Parts: sequence; structure tokens; C-alpha cells
Amino acid sequence: MSSIDRMPGRTGHRRALLVLAYPSVMLGIFLVLPFCILVALSFYYRVPGGTYEPAFVLDNFANLAKAFFVNNTVHTLSVAGIVAVLAVALAFPFTYRLTRLPRRKQIPWLIFVLVVLALSEVIIGFSWSVLLSRTAGVSNIPVWLGLMDRPMSFTPSGTAMLLGLTYLAFPYTVLVLYPPLSRLDPSLAEAARTMGASPVRAFFTMIVPVSRPAILAALIMVFVFTLGAFVIPQVLGRPQHWTLAVHITDQALARANVPMAAAMSLALLAASLLLIAVTVAIGKSRRAVP
Amino acid sequence: MAELRLDGVEKRFGPIVAVDGVNLTVPPGTFLCFLGPSGCGKTTLLRLIAGLETPTGGRIDLDGRDVTGLPTHHRNIGMVFQSLALFPHLNVGENIAYGMRVRGLDKAAQARRIDELLDMVQLTGLAERNMAQLSGGQRQRIAIARALALEPSLFLLDEPLSALDAKLRETMQVELRILQQRLGVTTILVTHDQREAMTMSDMVAVMGDGRIQQVGTPLEIYRRPANAFVADFIGTTNMLDGIVDGNEVKIGGARFAVSDLPDELSDGDQVHLSVRPEEVLVTKAGCAPHPPGGRLEGTVAFVRDVGATIETHIDCGAVRLIAAASPKDRPEVRSGDRAMVSLPPDACVVLAK
Repeated sequence: MSSIDRMPGRTGHRRALLVLAYPSVMLGIFLVLPFCILVALSFYYRVPGGTYEPAFVLDNFANLAKAFFVNNTVHTLSVAGIVAVLAVALAFPFTYRLTRLPRRKQIPWLIFVLVVLALSEVIIGFSWSVLLSRTAGVSNIPVWLGLMDRPMSFTPSGTAMLLGLTYLAFPYTVLVLYPPLSRLDPSLAEAARTMGASPVRAFFTMIVPVSRPAILAALIMVFVFTLGAFVIPQVLGRPQHWTLAVHITDQALARANVPMAAAMSLALLAASLLLIAVTVAIGKSRRAVP
Repeated sequence: MAELRLDGVEKRFGPIVAVDGVNLTVPPGTFLCFLGPSGCGKTTLLRLIAGLETPTGGRIDLDGRDVTGLPTHHRNIGMVFQSLALFPHLNVGENIAYGMRVRGLDKAAQARRIDELLDMVQLTGLAERNMAQLSGGQRQRIAIARALALEPSLFLLDEPLSALDAKLRETMQVELRILQQRLGVTTILVTHDQREAMTMSDMVAVMGDGRIQQVGTPLEIYRRPANAFVADFIGTTNMLDGIVDGNEVKIGGARFAVSDLPDELSDGDQVHLSVRPEEVLVTKAGCAPHPPGGRLEGTVAFVRDVGATIETHIDCGAVRLIAAASPKDRPEVRSGDRAMVSLPPDACVVLAK
């Protein structure tokens, strides 16, 4: 009797293993394996002239200690941090208002957000570069209105780069915030209002604090996402604004120094993981001691 | 304590009329229930009073002041929501203190008031608990304490007990009523549960189709329903079709004396005759003397004996009557017996069609 009883359980278990096997194998082939190759490469010896050969040298990591690289890591993490804060600060109120609309009115907005999502980083970068340019850019509008003497260019600049990156991250931020915010009980805000809080006050003293896990998740997502952007900094920023991702591309493709690019990637990964760990720890400790 | 006055309050959502010209005065300190089936507009009416919806017509006065256009946060109300709407990121004390923090009360005063309110709802010392650590009944009490924290002039409850199990619900009904009487706060409760309404309220406003069908004390509503909707919605009733004839109502061949015939009815009018099951008397046919009042003879179709009450279903030609009795007055009939059914004149309520 017991063997018959166990039969469906065992086949179910086997089926679950089979289902899990596919993503595991795929992850192994396309993520873990390349990552191991990356780690190995970072210790390889770079042959001057463009190739590399297997070795175990620490030169690449020693190079990372140089001021240029350290400064650039700090710069990259700051850019990603600023973009994360800007994108969440813009997307949170937007998404909250969106989820409070009737379903029917939400759909056009969601379609709009998804359409922006379909644009590649390259298209977004060059579109903004046109929009901010002197010849065809937004500054022509105040000129036509007689508010400015002649059009001016806003790009390339650090601000243009931040603007472009924030624009790129915005739809992703909305999509990360949408599920938790649409699950938020509408009577929470109403309860705050019956207790004397104006709608704006209720938003800041109730909606924002109650959504802290969602905000934290969105911040981390945008942060990681921005670290990987390497077209917009080149199109909208000056060389001094370039992020590490641009320099990694530069090392690997232009300078053919793959071991150095691998070491830089690992350093960036380590620095961002550390920062995320700190952010999560702060989020947890503040929850424990309210 | 505050008086609430509604004057022709109306709310339309597009072509749908949710609240249709409601006039109502709630005297200070009264516990009033909006009772009605789902979709009758009772929750919308409560939300209009709270300022969470804007009326499309009419006027709302609270304490002699027109509050129709006043936003919720300036109305000085306390409200318990159906979902309770407790803030999950705050502990018990912080939840209760939310309104006080918005008002800018100092910390010491907040702490004193939190203790006072927790004593009041019998949850002394739970201020530091997280919401996730509380039972359903405890969460209920926290929501009540939070709504009363700022001593509101009006206390509103939107089906707050519907999520509790039956036993706990009955306990909370009594507790809430005692609390309301002690504080003397004008209170409005929305419910679809007539037992709940009867237990707790001074006054019941029965709602149907966006209108108030009848306002009165629970017993008035039960004994003297104003129309067929109220008679049918409140409790079970025997609803018989008849024709007015003098001071009596003719049903089939039988005539029923009624002690209270509405003035606007005249001979030949079609009416409903409503009689509560516990007023219906059943005796074995041929067993004189029969009680006074109109009589029908029929066959006992079914006897439902659930211990506390005995329900007898009697087929009398075209109509089926239900009689309810306590075990002490158990009718001596069994299924299949011929029985005589009497309707006492003072138990017959005549309702215009």
C-alpha cells in the first residue's frame, strides 16, 4: 500500500527535477561558465601587441589600484547611485498615481511605458543628443518665443548623460514598482486621511514608508542596470564622464587588452555587490528598529 | 457628540444612481446602522459622510456646520474600514499614534493616550507588538482604538466585523456597543447583517435602491415594516396577497381582521399582508377553541425542529405559511396532519403594493 501511495509523489518529484534541470543547465552554460572564463582571463598574461596567453599573474589587479581606476570606480558608482535615486523619485509618484486610476485608464499609460522600453539604448542616446543639440534641440523653442537670443547645445555634458540614463531606467523602474503598488490597499491612504493627513502628507508619511521594500528593490535594480550602460555615457557625456563600463569596452575592443577588461569587470562586480549588501543591511536594520 | 444631518444627498457614478436623495438626521450620541443588501448604496453613503466621495447633490451638516465640500482630513471623524487598513509597517502603538503625530501632539501625550486607548479595548501593554503578531480580534480592536484616538465627533464603521468568525463577531458587537455607550460618540455602522444591526443600534436605517426605506428603532423596523422591501429584508416573514375589505383583508375565501389599516388604503385595494412566523399560531384542526383572528386550514408539510425553535410549514391551498415557536409552545401537529392556522389581528401588517 505504501509503495502505491508513494508512486505519484516520486514521479512528481522526478518531474520537478526535470523542469528545474533546464534552467539550471542553461544558467550553467550561459552564466556560470562564462563567468569562470572571465575569472581565469583576469589572471592571464597580456602579450604586448594584442593577444594574451594562459598564466597566473596579478599585474591586471595591480593596475586596478591606480588612482585613475579608483577614481573612475567611485565616479561610476556615484552616477549609478544618482540615476537610481532620480529614476525612483520620478517613477514612484508616477506609478502610485497610475495604480490608483481605474484599470481602463491605466492601459494607455502602461503601453506608453512599454513602448519606451522597446527602444534600444543606442536610439535613446542619439535621440537625446539631437533633442539637446544646438541645431535641432529644445533650446530653439525659447528662441522662437523670443526668450533667448540664439540656441545653445546641452550635450555632451554630465547632466545630459544623467538625463539620458534616467530616461533609459524610468520604464524599468515603473515596471518594478507597479506590482507592489497596485497591491496596496486603497483604504490605507483613506485611513490616513480620516486621521487628519492631507493627501500629500498621507503620501509621504504613509505610502512611502509602507513601500520601503519596493523602493529599495527598485533602487538596487536601477543601480545595477545603470552600471551596465555603455552607449549613453559615450553619446551624451564627455570622456571625463565615461563610466567603467565604457572603459571596459574600450580596453577589450579598442586596446585589445582582454585580461585587463576582465579584471576591471570583476572589480566593478565586487564593488557593486558590496554597495548593494550595505544598502540591504541598512534597509533591514531600519525595519528592525523602527 | 455631534449631530449629523443629511439633506437630499445624492451620488451618481455616470448613469448609475448609488445614493438617491437621502434625508436623515442622526441625533447626538446615537448609534445608527445602515442596513441593506449589497449594492444598496450604504457604503457609498458612509463614504460621502466621511468625505471620501463627493456628493453630486444635496448637503451634509455635521454639528450644525456645512461640511459638504470639506475634505476628509478636516472633518474630525474616526473610521474603521472593512479591511481595517492597519498600517503594516508600524507597530500597534505607532498605528494608534498616527493621527496624533499628524496633529503634532508631543511624545508624552501620545504615549499616555496610547495606553489609555489600549486599556479601553482591553489590549493593555501591546503597544510594541507588530501587526503580524496579532489575531483577527486584536487587529479589530486596534483599528477601533486608532479610529477613536483623536476623539472624533463622528465614528464611522464600514462592515468592520465581517471578517471575524461568528462567535467572535457576536462578542465584538456587544463590546463595541458598550464602548459606544460609554463614550457617547455619534456612530454610524454599515452592515448587511440584520442581527448585528438589531444588537448594536439605537436606530436602523434600512436601505434599498440607493434610498432609505425606513428609519426606526430595531423593534419598530421588525414589528412595523414600512413597506414590502423592509418586511422581506428584515427577518423571515409570511407575505400573503390580499384585498382590502372594510377593516379586514380577504385572502382567498378567508377574512383576516387587522388592528392597524393604513389610512390611504380603501376597499378593493391589492395589498400584502405580512406576518412574522413567531406570531403565527398553529393548532390541530377540529380542536376547539381556536385563538381569535382570521384562520386558514391546511396540511402540515414539514416540521423543522432545531432545538431552540420549531418551524412548522403549512400548505393552505395556494399559500404556504411558516410558523415558528419555542419548545415550550410546541404545536401538537406532525407532518401530514390537518392544522388550523391563526393570524392575530395585531400581528398582521398591511403593506400597500
